[in-house]
Parts: sequence; C-alpha cells; structure tokens
Amino acid sequence: MPRRQAGRSGFHDINRGDWRGILNEILRGLAEVMRLIAGGDPELRTIVQLSLSVSGSALLISTAIGIPLGTIVGLSRFTGRRLVVALLYTGMGFPPVVVGLFVYLMLSNSGPLGRLAWSFIPTLFTPAAMVVAQIIISFPLVAGFTMAAVMGVSPHLRQQVQSLGATPLQSKLAVLAEARVGVIVSIVAGFGSIISEVGAVMIVGGNIEQRTRVLTTAIILETRKGNFDLALALGVVLLSFSFITNMAVLWLQGGAFRK
Amino acid sequence: MSDPIYELQSVTKAYNGRSVVQVERLKIRRGEIMAIVGPSGAGKSTLLRLLNFLEPATAGRIRFLGAEFGPGRAAPLPLRRRVTTVFQRPELLNRSVWANVTYGLRLRGQRNSTKLVDATLTQVGMAHMSRCHARTLSGGEAQRVALARAMVLRPDVLLLDEPTANLDPYNVGLIETNVQTLNREHGVTLVLVTHNIFQAQRLAERVALMLDGQIIEVADTDTFFQSPSDPRTAAFVRGEMVY
Repeated sequence: MPRRQAGRSGFHDINRGDWRGILNEILRGLAEVMRLIAGGDPELRTIVQLSLSVSGSALLISTAIGIPLGTIVGLSRFTGRRLVVALLYTGMGFPPVVVGLFVYLMLSNSGPLGRLAWSFIPTLFTPAAMVVAQIIISFPLVAGFTMAAVMGVSPHLRQQVQSLGATPLQSKLAVLAEARVGVIVSIVAGFGSIISEVGAVMIVGGNIEQRTRVLTTAIILETRKGNFDLALALGVVLLSFSFITNMAVLWLQGGAFRK
Repeated sequence: MSDPIYELQSVTKAYNGRSVVQVERLKIRRGEIMAIVGPSGAGKSTLLRLLNFLEPATAGRIRFLGAEFGPGRAAPLPLRRRVTTVFQRPELLNRSVWANVTYGLRLRGQRNSTKLVDATLTQVGMAHMSRCHARTLSGGEAQRVALARAMVLRPDVLLLDEPTANLDPYNVGLIETNVQTLNREHGVTLVLVTHNIFQAQRLAERVALMLDGQIIEVADTDTFFQSPSDPRTAAFVRGEMVY
C-alpha cells in the first residue's frame, strides 16, 4: 500500500459531521479499493492472505473439534452434560479482547505455557498465536450452534435409523446430516466471529507489518492515521469476504431451502 | 408348532423405577404373524423396542435366534440387523424416496441393489415417486416408503407399531397386503401392535392382549376373539374399557 501522510484525507469533514465529506470518503474508499485490487498491491495482498490463512486455519480446527463435540453433547446423556452446555454457552459470548488477554498471559515468556518453550507451543506476536486465540473464540460458537441444530432433529428419527441397523455412530451421523443447515450456520457464525474480530489478534499478534497485520488491525491503524479512504477500502475487502462466504453458504444450503 | 424365534422370560423394563413392561413368558414362532393388542399405555411399543434391541431390558432374558440377551448383554449388530420396525409415525430422512429406501442397505454395505429397490417401490406403489423428496409426501405415502425401507432389508422379523393408524382405507389395504405377502413369500415373522382389533383379526394367526405391561392372554386368533379364557380379554374384545 502506498505510504500516505496521516490525516491527509477528509478527517476534518467527518469530525464536523459534514455528510458530503463522509460521502466523499466512502466514494474515495471505493475508488481506492478498486485501485488497490486492480494494481495488485503487494501489501494488501499480504494482509488479505494472512487474514484468510489465520482465520481459515482457526475455523478449520474449530470445525474439526466443534462439530463432533456439539453432536456428542447434543445427542448423548452423561454426567456433567449441563456443565459442558453452560460452558459452551459462556464461550459463545467470550469477548475477543478477553480471549486475547488470556492467550497473551498464557503464551508470554513468563506465562504457564510460554515458559515451557516447547516447539509446538506458539510464541506471541506470530500468526500461530493469533490462530490459537481465534480457535478459542470460534470453537464454542461452532459447537454450540451444532448442538442446538442436532437437538432440533426429531429424537424419533434416531431410533428409527437404529431400527434399520445403524450403529450408534451411524445414527449420530444421520442426525448430523439432517441438521446440516444448522451445522453450516454454525461454521458461518464461527467464521464471522473471527474474520471480523480485532481485540484478540491485536493483543497476541501485535499488528506487525508484513508479519501479523490482518484486515481488522490494518483498518484500525489506517483510521488512527486519518487515512479513512484506505481504511474504508480495507473495510470493503472485509465485507466482500463476508458476502462471498454467505453466498457460498446460501448456495450450499440451497437444496435444503428449496425442499 | 414351529420353533420359537423369540423367547422372553421374566422380562422387565422400568424407567426411573416405574415398571412399564413385565412379561413373565412369551414365545413368538418363526414365520407367524402375531398381533399384540391393548389400550394405550399398556407397554406394547416398549415391548417392540425390546424385541428390536433398541433398548436393553431392565431384568430377565430375551432369547432370539438361539442367542440369549439380558441386561448385561446387548445384542450384537449382525443379529440386531435381522429385525426392523415400521413405526406409527415414520421419520424419513430429508432426502429422496430412493435415498430413504436404500439407507438401510447402504448401512450394510450393499450398494448394488437397484433391482430389489425398484421391485419393492413398485410393490408399495411408490416407484413413480422414487425421485421425489421425502418432505413432499403425504402421511400414507411416507408410511409406504417406511415400509419399503424395511422390506428391502429382508429381515427375519418385521415389527409393526400401529403402522396404519390414521391412514385412509386405500393405504391400510396396501400396507396390509404387502406385509402379508412378505410373510407368505419370504417367511418373515411379523409382530403387529395395533389398537384395531379388526386388523388383528384380519392379519394375525395369534393375538396377545397386553394390559399394564403384562401379557394377559395369548391365543390363536379365533380362540382369542370367540372364546377367550380371561375375562379381561373378553371385555376388551367386546370394546369395553379395561385397565
């Protein structure tokens, strides 16, 4: 991204609440995003790639843990189930900044995990630490929504599937398949929660240029510098991801919605 | 008398300490059609779930195909797969009719059963709707698909839990004809739970009355309806309230 002077753009217009100034900023932002994308700006590309790889990895791991856990909690009866459900619901409302603080304390050099200095434990201010924080944010959402989705499937279905010769695992998979719309929603909710969060990645990543700067932290930085058009351009890219993701989900759910 | 496919001895099923089924002794013969009648809440459906090994008995033993099962010993999968149930309210998978009918076969790893599935769908009058989505079916059509998905499995025992309740006469006739054919042509043992004593009379070779979790009387159909030995059976057959 081109280096620009702080406050060069319509900062004063926005402060005055001049709607024409704000509109100009938005239009300039749209023009900027077109220019950056068309020009293949390397810094923007790095930020987008890092955002997608960090949030994508976190979502992949959250889905791999959250869907089986949500299914088991939703369909099984075991001692302590209420406690697990309560913890999941609590996790669904975790403020990202608190998660970031928690991961920071855990991974810092004097923290309980950081001091171990084991190779597989990520260090602070790296994309791996950001992935850990985003897993903690998104996995309760994936598990919680999956649990709610499978609990919404008729309990008679499971019994009827078992009477056709399904093993306990096969019957759980059948219920999961029936709840697929809700399961997809759980993945989207998980993705939405991490691609747009800023608190955790800022704390554990540090917003280091070329290393841990992602879309949300870059937006904050550019806003603080007064580069509203660039901040808006990054915002448009972020919104585009959300839009493309939701369109993909709608396409995946299409069959289920039609029926 | 043919050898029994099921033998139940002192079988009890209780939920939270409340006994729902207490069958002292019951034999179901291989290849017969047995009807179990009784008022709502008598434990008939619970008994079917025990016979399908969907739930373990709280006490007692169930002998099935020579193997014995009780509270401490669940039926292994291959044996459990020789029994299936058609329920009063069919729950179909959110897929096509074809996918629903082939589901049980796929669980068993049988993927080349197109002819069998086609023939079964034709038998239940659903061949023309094989591509339809299950959610678009009427109650009668859904029940016919549920019957087809059980029939394709060619089970040793087919358990029928009020399979024609709330269906129109056409669907009732179609389902009754199909289960009778299954019994006659393939020797499938049928256990039918019904409120409808006329249906029991039409289909069954033997009828059992179940009251309050217990089998009160088991007799050949004619004897059961014409000269029952228990006064409660006589009252039930007359249409009186029995508990």
